[in-house]
Amino acid sequence: MKTTVFLAAAAAVGLFASMAQAGTLDDVKARGVLNCGVNTGLVGFGAPDANGNWTGFDVDFCRAVAAAVLGDPTKVKFTPTTGETRFTALASGEIDMLARNSTWTYKRENDLKLTFVAVNYYDGQGFMVPKSLGVNSAKELDGATICVQTGTTTELNLADYFKQHNMKYTPISIKDSAEGKQQFLAGACDAYTTDASGLAALRATFEKPHDYVILPEIISKEPLAPVVRKGDDQWASIVRWVVYALIEAEELGVTSKNLDEMAKGTSNPELNRLLGTEDNLGGMLGLDKDWAKRAIAAHGNYGEIFEANIGASTPIGLARGLNAQWNKGGLMYAMPFH
Amino acid sequence: MSLAEKRPDSGFRLSKLIYDSQYRGYTIQFLFLCALALLIGWLVDNAYMNLAKLGITPNFSFLTNRAGYDISFKLIHYTNDSTHGRAALVGLINTLFVSFLGCIAATVLGVVVGVLRLSKNWVIARLMTIYVEVVRNVPLLLWLLVIFAVFTEATPAPRDFRGANPSAHMWLWNSMAVTNRYVALPAPEFFRSLGNIDLVVFKVSLDLLALVAVVVLGGLADRALRNHAARVQEATGRRPTTWWATVLLYFGPPIALLAILGFHFDYPKMTGFNFTGGMLAPNSLFALWFGLTIYTAVYIAEIVRAGILAVSKGQTEAAYALGLRPGRTMRLVVLPQALRVIVPPMISQFLNLTKNSTLAAAVSYPDLGATLGGVTLNQTGRALESILLMMVTYLIISLLISIAMNLFNRRVRLKER
Repeated sequence: MKTTVFLAAAAAVGLFASMAQAGTLDDVKARGVLNCGVNTGLVGFGAPDANGNWTGFDVDFCRAVAAAVLGDPTKVKFTPTTGETRFTALASGEIDMLARNSTWTYKRENDLKLTFVAVNYYDGQGFMVPKSLGVNSAKELDGATICVQTGTTTELNLADYFKQHNMKYTPISIKDSAEGKQQFLAGACDAYTTDASGLAALRATFEKPHDYVILPEIISKEPLAPVVRKGDDQWASIVRWVVYALIEAEELGVTSKNLDEMAKGTSNPELNRLLGTEDNLGGMLGLDKDWAKRAIAAHGNYGEIFEANIGASTPIGLARGLNAQWNKGGLMYAMPFH
Repeated sequence: MSLAEKRPDSGFRLSKLIYDSQYRGYTIQFLFLCALALLIGWLVDNAYMNLAKLGITPNFSFLTNRAGYDISFKLIHYTNDSTHGRAALVGLINTLFVSFLGCIAATVLGVVVGVLRLSKNWVIARLMTIYVEVVRNVPLLLWLLVIFAVFTEATPAPRDFRGANPSAHMWLWNSMAVTNRYVALPAPEFFRSLGNIDLVVFKVSLDLLALVAVVVLGGLADRALRNHAARVQEATGRRPTTWWATVLLYFGPPIALLAILGFHFDYPKMTGFNFTGGMLAPNSLFALWFGLTIYTAVYIAEIVRAGILAVSKGQTEAAYALGLRPGRTMRLVVLPQALRVIVPPMISQFLNLTKNSTLAAAVSYPDLGATLGGVTLNQTGRALESILLMMVTYLIISLLISIAMNLFNRRVRLKER
């Protein structure tokens, strides 16, 4: 009986494992649609609006990739994934890429056989508490009950942080931010912990966002990056260089508004290479010359995507901080297009 | 066909494997088994090759690695420095704990409801019908979510108990508190504890063992006393009064033992964010226990009702004719016979309850599915191994329950001599 169970499971794995082998680029082109894994609903990063259209920071990266590969930013099928299901969905071939505020870690890259292409958001884990609790620092959280999403790096950072500071806590494991919001607002936990960007995004959906405060401590490094399966280097390169193209575009001052003007040819050879007026960089990726131009045309450059979804003018109101360009005090640094 | 003609026994020839209907059956079965083995072999080989191609080979060594995460409710010692294997054990014990509580409560409730549904009192019988029909026609998951929501939304937060003029109050002379996270209860403690025995995997409290031993000894002594009383009754026709001795045997020694060990309660106190001291039983446990109980009890009630109706009415009438009151008729005549019908389907209900406890995830109760199949699976990425382990574990639990219930069934079923 035990063996039968094993065989059934093994057979199921064998079936999906065999599907994930072909070249992803060819698959996507043949299908005509990019399957992109996103958050189940984190406003600002990936959430459907009232009309069912997906919007958000991560969503725009999916659309940019679709624009570069398929020529149409709307040819994306969004698959909502939880912290638990995201990597399985990717490994099984259900999605072609994952843009779901996922932290790049050693174990994930090497043990789960994933490739994190390029960091698109430098984040860190923080805590949110109700103002009425009267807590001003994470170090005052000794004995607190804390809501944490299961299957995330946050869960481990939380345990480490409380251990380092010799404090006690009770974790409440939640599946996604919707459940977390419900539990946190019901007072089932004193504090909510996740990436600082996620806290800001979640707080923006509260009825009274000003009654909640994000504590100053950032307890971890969370470099968030789009993910693809390991073993398909061509596809990894495409997603990686789409991210870099958006960052490079901001550095070079290409926006969705002046894109057409710039694409006619400029005196800057670097810009001409990026937009395909000189050289054929796209051909090396298995794409055409205009790939980067289309990616930028989708939702603008990195800075535009940031400002439109999570920037200071949105309810989420995140400052650029570490995510500013390298020459403006941040860490966003696209590799050179040479 | 049915001619009882004696076959000429001419020995076995190879052609008989095809032409002789007696042997052809074996041939077909043998060929079928060969085909099945080939199919299974192909599936395993295919899975193994593909997994190897992805660079994934089944490996259970992650169970000895440091887990690194915390579990909110645990019955054995566990910290984030413990291994993934131990985290799985914590989950397994939580699963068994809630299943055990659920089986007991569902049986008690189910028998009561089943009997009451047959009551001659119109109101009670109809109320029970409504309970049965409402509960069993809504999925268990929804019941769990509703019950959990009631627990978290309708009860005060721990911080409401804080301060000089708290908005919420503790119950039973400040000994327990119901909050939206847990129920804080007083914990039994001993001034002169006997300590624990370390069984490597977990520790067993010697105090508890001593208490159980004393109660069991008391029970045995009581049985001897009853046997003696029965013998006296048979010899003299007069049964000596034994109830005070029974009470003394059951309550005297345990109370004496507790006094010797210095028994007292550790009461929960509000400090900082949460209650400390005492026992904190999470609401998820109560929600899951309660949900599993009311849901499974409905099915048990129907089984009990069927069992009772299966006992011929003549039995009841005969009992009445002998002058037995309705209560005793039910207890002494009907139920023992009904048990023969009731026990076999009850096994399925206990198995269902145990397997349904995997819905724990809906209320964040850390069962086996939440530790091994949840956090461990996610942190290590060993999905295949974790799910296999879980399946094997549930299989073993279910088989053990089946065996235990089948043994019980063998005791109560009709003895044919």
